[in-house]
Amino acid sequence: MKVEAIKNGTVIDHITSNKSLHVLKILGLPNEDTNVTIAMNVFSDEVGRKDIVKIENRELDSSELDQIALLAPEATINIIRDYEVIAKDKVRFTNELKSIINCTNPNCITNADEPIESRFHLLKTSPILLRCHYCERLIDVEEIDNQFY
Amino acid sequence: MIKIFDLTDVISIKDFQKKDIQYILKKAENLEKVAKSEEYSDELAGKILGMMFFEPSTRTRLSFETGMKRLGGSCVGFDGSVASSVSKGENLADTSKMFEAYSDALVIRHDLEGVAKFISDIVDVPVINAGDGAGQHPTQTLLDIYTIKRRFDKIKDLNIALVGDLKYGRTVHSLAYALGMFDVQMSFVAPDELKMPKETLHDLEKDNVKFYQTNNLKDVIDDVDVLYVTRIQKERFPDEEEYSKIKGAYLINHHLIKGKDLIVMHPLPRVGEISTDVDNTKYNKYFEQAFYGVPVRMAILKNIIKNKI
Ligand SMILES: Nc1ncnc2c1ncn2[C@@H]1O[C@H](COP(=O)(O)OP(=O)(O)OP(=O)(O)O)[C@@H](O)[C@H]1O
Ligand SMILES: [Mg+2]
Ligand SMILES: [Zn+2]
Repeated sequence: MKVEAIKNGTVIDHITSNKSLHVLKILGLPNEDTNVTIAMNVFSDEVGRKDIVKIENRELDSSELDQIALLAPEATINIIRDYEVIAKDKVRFTNELKSIINCTNPNCITNADEPIESRFHLLKTSPILLRCHYCERLIDVEEIDNQFY
Repeated sequence: MIKIFDLTDVISIKDFQKKDIQYILKKAENLEKVAKSEEYSDELAGKILGMMFFEPSTRTRLSFETGMKRLGGSCVGFDGSVASSVSKGENLADTSKMFEAYSDALVIRHDLEGVAKFISDIVDVPVINAGDGAGQHPTQTLLDIYTIKRRFDKIKDLNIALVGDLKYGRTVHSLAYALGMFDVQMSFVAPDELKMPKETLHDLEKDNVKFYQTNNLKDVIDDVDVLYVTRIQKERFPDEEEYSKIKGAYLINHHLIKGKDLIVMHPLPRVGEISTDVDNTKYNKYFEQAFYGVPVRMAILKNIIKNKI
């Protein structure tokens, strides 16, 4: 597959197909001055259909990677310098994560007006199952996905 | 017995292992005499328990207070009726920080789930969860199990039915989880709209705990050793008629249990799930159960407050 090459930045490859827009949401993209290329539902010999996101002049921090793992557990992160892939890594699951995802329990303290961030423990990876650190509510893949529409 | 209970906070029954529960049961038994004022103790003299009851409570609050005082300590705090004026719009985090400065341990009840956990993460004194919304109420579970143990002198192999509102009733979630550690036969008897939530079932299945679910009390009544009855609240139902129907189907009265070998428990207060004609029979364990809240909470207080010194 040929898309515009970037000089410096990040390529997120092997994103679960049709999840690239959700991944962008996690990264706070698009914004006014970032060059982003998206390819959705492209065919790949390795994984069947996939999405790819290419972002110029941006490197991801580890908390962003934690979140991407929830939506696209197979994703590969490629760091591009001077048009070359200089580093490659798989997203990884952490046992505990602070998240932009909200607890689905409306009665949970994390949904009240308190200085508190939502926080989850990863119980299972395939399919993903999270437990709220505070109220112990279980959150499954579908409930995670629903938060991005 | 060597000391094995080493929790600094008591937030969720999930933090307990079987040995921790057994340890507390043992300690509670030793404290019964003090709880009844037949023995004197000043082990917690000079210690102050901060009581933050954002939601009204009678039994839980009074038994914590009684337990603390029987051990020579004292209590400060508020309960539901004045909670709003105490906090005056102040957030929970700030209120808790103030209480942390005033006391040696905090007991918290709130109508939102996860509050005790949140506070335990931000204060250094030990925190006890006295009920967070539909979430956890671990000391209730400990006293429930204590009641069963005191009656049967064991927990293993007993046939225990949890009956009523298993969806919103917070005591039954922790209780089912804890009983799962003890090789009991468990059944969940509830109307379809008030069945045990998937969180609880998930935990039991993960630990390979077997349970039986039914909406018919008659399926279990002949075999149970313990009927653990919970409140079925009117507001859970769309209309009065539906509520009355359900309520009738789960009513425990003397006629239903007469001649059977079982005990009836209830976290109280009841709103008619157990007919008063059970009160003066050998089946009634719910009043004794309420008393056991004192020695069990004393065992908890003694441990977590001492731990901090
Ligand atoms: N300079 C660049 N600009 C834009 N995309 C690039 C650039 N260099 C590589 N890529 C893209 O990054 C991804 C990884 O590149 P790489 O050459 O490592 O492919 P690969 O060998 O198929 O890797 P993998 O084994 O991870 O599938 C590919 O999707 C590729 O198209
Ligand atoms: Mg490839
Ligand atoms: Zn939650």
